[in-house]
Amino acid sequence: MKLLAGHYSYWIAILLMVAGLTMLISRRNLLKKLIGLAILQSSVYLVYIAPGKLIGGTAPIIAPGYTLYSNPLPHVLILTAIVVGVATLALGLALVVRIREAYGSIEEDEILALDRAGE
Amino acid sequence: MSNDLILRVIAKLLMPYMLVFALYVQFHGDFGPGGGFQAGVIAAAAVVFYAIIFGLPAGRRLVPDRVVEAMLAVGVLLYAGVGLAGLALGGNFLDYFVLDGDPVKGQLRGIFWVEAGVGLTVAGVMLKLFTMFAGRAGADRGADKGGDRG
Amino acid sequence: MAGHLAMLQVVLPLVAAPLIVLARNARFAWLAATAVSYACLAIALRLASHVAEAGTLSYAIGSWAAPWGIEYRVDPLSAFLLVLVSLTAALVAPYAWRSIAAEVPADRQYLAYAMYCLCLAGLLGMVVTGDAFNLFVFIEISALSTYVLIALGPRRKALVAAYQYMLMGTVGATFYVIGVGLLYLMTGTLNMEDMALRLRDAQDLRPVYAALAFITVGIGLKLALFPLHQWLPDAYAEAPSMVTAFLAATATKVSVYVLLRFYYSVFDPDALFGRLPTGAVFIALSVAAMLFASAAAVYERDVKRLFAWSSVAQIGYITLGIGIDNTSGLTGSLAHLLNHGITKGAIFVLLGGVALRCGAGKLTVDGLGGLATRMPLTAFGLVIAGLSLIGIPGTAGFVTKWMLIQGALERGLWWVVAAILASSLIAAVYVWRVVESAYLRPAPAGVSRAETPIGMLAAGVAMALLCVYFGFETSFSIGGARDAADFLLRGTR
Repeated sequence: MKLLAGHYSYWIAILLMVAGLTMLISRRNLLKKLIGLAILQSSVYLVYIAPGKLIGGTAPIIAPGYTLYSNPLPHVLILTAIVVGVATLALGLALVVRIREAYGSIEEDEILALDRAGE
Repeated sequence: MSNDLILRVIAKLLMPYMLVFALYVQFHGDFGPGGGFQAGVIAAAAVVFYAIIFGLPAGRRLVPDRVVEAMLAVGVLLYAGVGLAGLALGGNFLDYFVLDGDPVKGQLRGIFWVEAGVGLTVAGVMLKLFTMFAGRAGADRGADKGGDRG
Repeated sequence: MAGHLAMLQVVLPLVAAPLIVLARNARFAWLAATAVSYACLAIALRLASHVAEAGTLSYAIGSWAAPWGIEYRVDPLSAFLLVLVSLTAALVAPYAWRSIAAEVPADRQYLAYAMYCLCLAGLLGMVVTGDAFNLFVFIEISALSTYVLIALGPRRKALVAAYQYMLMGTVGATFYVIGVGLLYLMTGTLNMEDMALRLRDAQDLRPVYAALAFITVGIGLKLALFPLHQWLPDAYAEAPSMVTAFLAATATKVSVYVLLRFYYSVFDPDALFGRLPTGAVFIALSVAAMLFASAAAVYERDVKRLFAWSSVAQIGYITLGIGIDNTSGLTGSLAHLLNHGITKGAIFVLLGGVALRCGAGKLTVDGLGGLATRMPLTAFGLVIAGLSLIGIPGTAGFVTKWMLIQGALERGLWWVVAAILASSLIAAVYVWRVVESAYLRPAPAGVSRAETPIGMLAAGVAMALLCVYFGFETSFSIGGARDAADFLLRGTR
């Protein structure tokens, strides 16, 4: 029980990671794959931020009377990672829009069939 | 949507508060959640809000495309400029200690300008993304003859 | 001053990109991109000579000393890679004008050059940085600009290829970040050198093994390690020719560097190759890559896809040297980074010339018919580069295969030697298909008889001749590689 309750943030991260990967691999629709990618990246944010909060730690601004501060570094790292994730998502969506215009469909099997027919 | 009186009035009332909030978030990144990224997104959201209610051409008149592209580039150059200023004043790249007589003030100054650059670029990027995607809506409507298959 | 050069190596292309966006002019963009590529080459050569004399160079960004701040480190391995990437950039950038002008609409050409500058900055940053998370940022900078560059290809399949590459590449980078996160949790630092010290005292090794697995798979996706190579044939085949030439010579090589950096400078190579079956896994996957990819190349009709499969096989040689894990093997790996870079660079530049003159649709094995009569110099360059792919004595490819065979023999791995020879034979088959079509088949009807534009021709033939040069004069390629290999192994044995 301690394993479950004490580390619940890690369990959620694992769940998100596997859910995202499954969506990415098994879904045929290009947009759903992108959503799976976004979910996978969210799990990474949890892996970094959850351990950053120290039990009994306060916000990382020096104040008299406090000795234990939470770690601010993971937040900075994840800010960068979130921005990278947004850029990737934007690029992916732009590609999906262009693919839709070029192929008329965003289903992976239809696109592959069109490509094979064109060769 | 510009025909709806309530939406128009609320949009015009809310926009200045959103922009001021963006500035607040920009400058309070030192003491609370905030900084360049968040502020840029909120500022862009204000303009996107305007464009959604009043239409994309009105949004484009508010912030022209050239200005948005310039914001993108100028923000990055501002960041690099702060870095090179540290270099010119005798330190390493992005050295904030040398930016002022007092190293602590130098840190504050450096972070201020760096975050300003970041906020500018992020606002520009978000606006550019919105106008690019929204601007294509007409083109896609022409291609979508067979109904939605997705 | 040399310290600042390490930083300028990355900042110069990074600043050129927004300047290009501000100027909005394609001519200026091309001039800026070319100037920046030459400047980066000059800086890389200067850094290489500095490191050869004075040892590892360390530069603290923001004057925050490591491990508190981000550190840029240039050691013999980084210097070798910096020269490789900037040399490729300097050779490809000046002649990209023709290719970009033909394949990108006029009002967007400046954006293509901005993406190129960002890609260059990202690749150089990956090599120079000494901070694990900074490495992730540069991985993503180079990756995102690569996806855009690939999507500029002439056919609509380029969009799909870019999308597939984007999915796999982002998963790879995400796995890398998870691995770095686990290492940060175990050591409390992101500086790679400091991480190595603290990992020696790590109490619980399971997160470290997990981090190793995540980082290997993540970087394996980026370097097209078999069986994570699915994105490469499509991406290389559909991208504009100059983009393929640039990427084939740099993107996967820098990922190999990242793998080596983590294996030898962060994790403990004794434990890695001694206690864990890392070497065996790498050897098995590399042999599979060499044989399977070469065989797949034999059946391809599209010439660019053929050589893209060939790239997967050649990357198998590089990872084979890592798996063999002795001086000869590692030297062969590192030398092949350079040798394969110029070989594939030459091939794709010359193929770009053919595409320019005859149309991209003619890049099939049949479409290359009679190339020797129509474009004799181009065909000559392709033959030389093809010989280097097979590993004929007198070419750079032979030198690296020789080192790999030596390394395998030192370990007593006879079957690996047999695999190397078998894959070289299969390579001979697919190179012969191209050469036979170029020299012995008649030209297709109605095709242009003009030679490749002189600029691209000069770049391509120069790289092909470099293959022969490095086949005889090995002091830079093997010498530099051996220095880097010794430097990597010195910290351990």
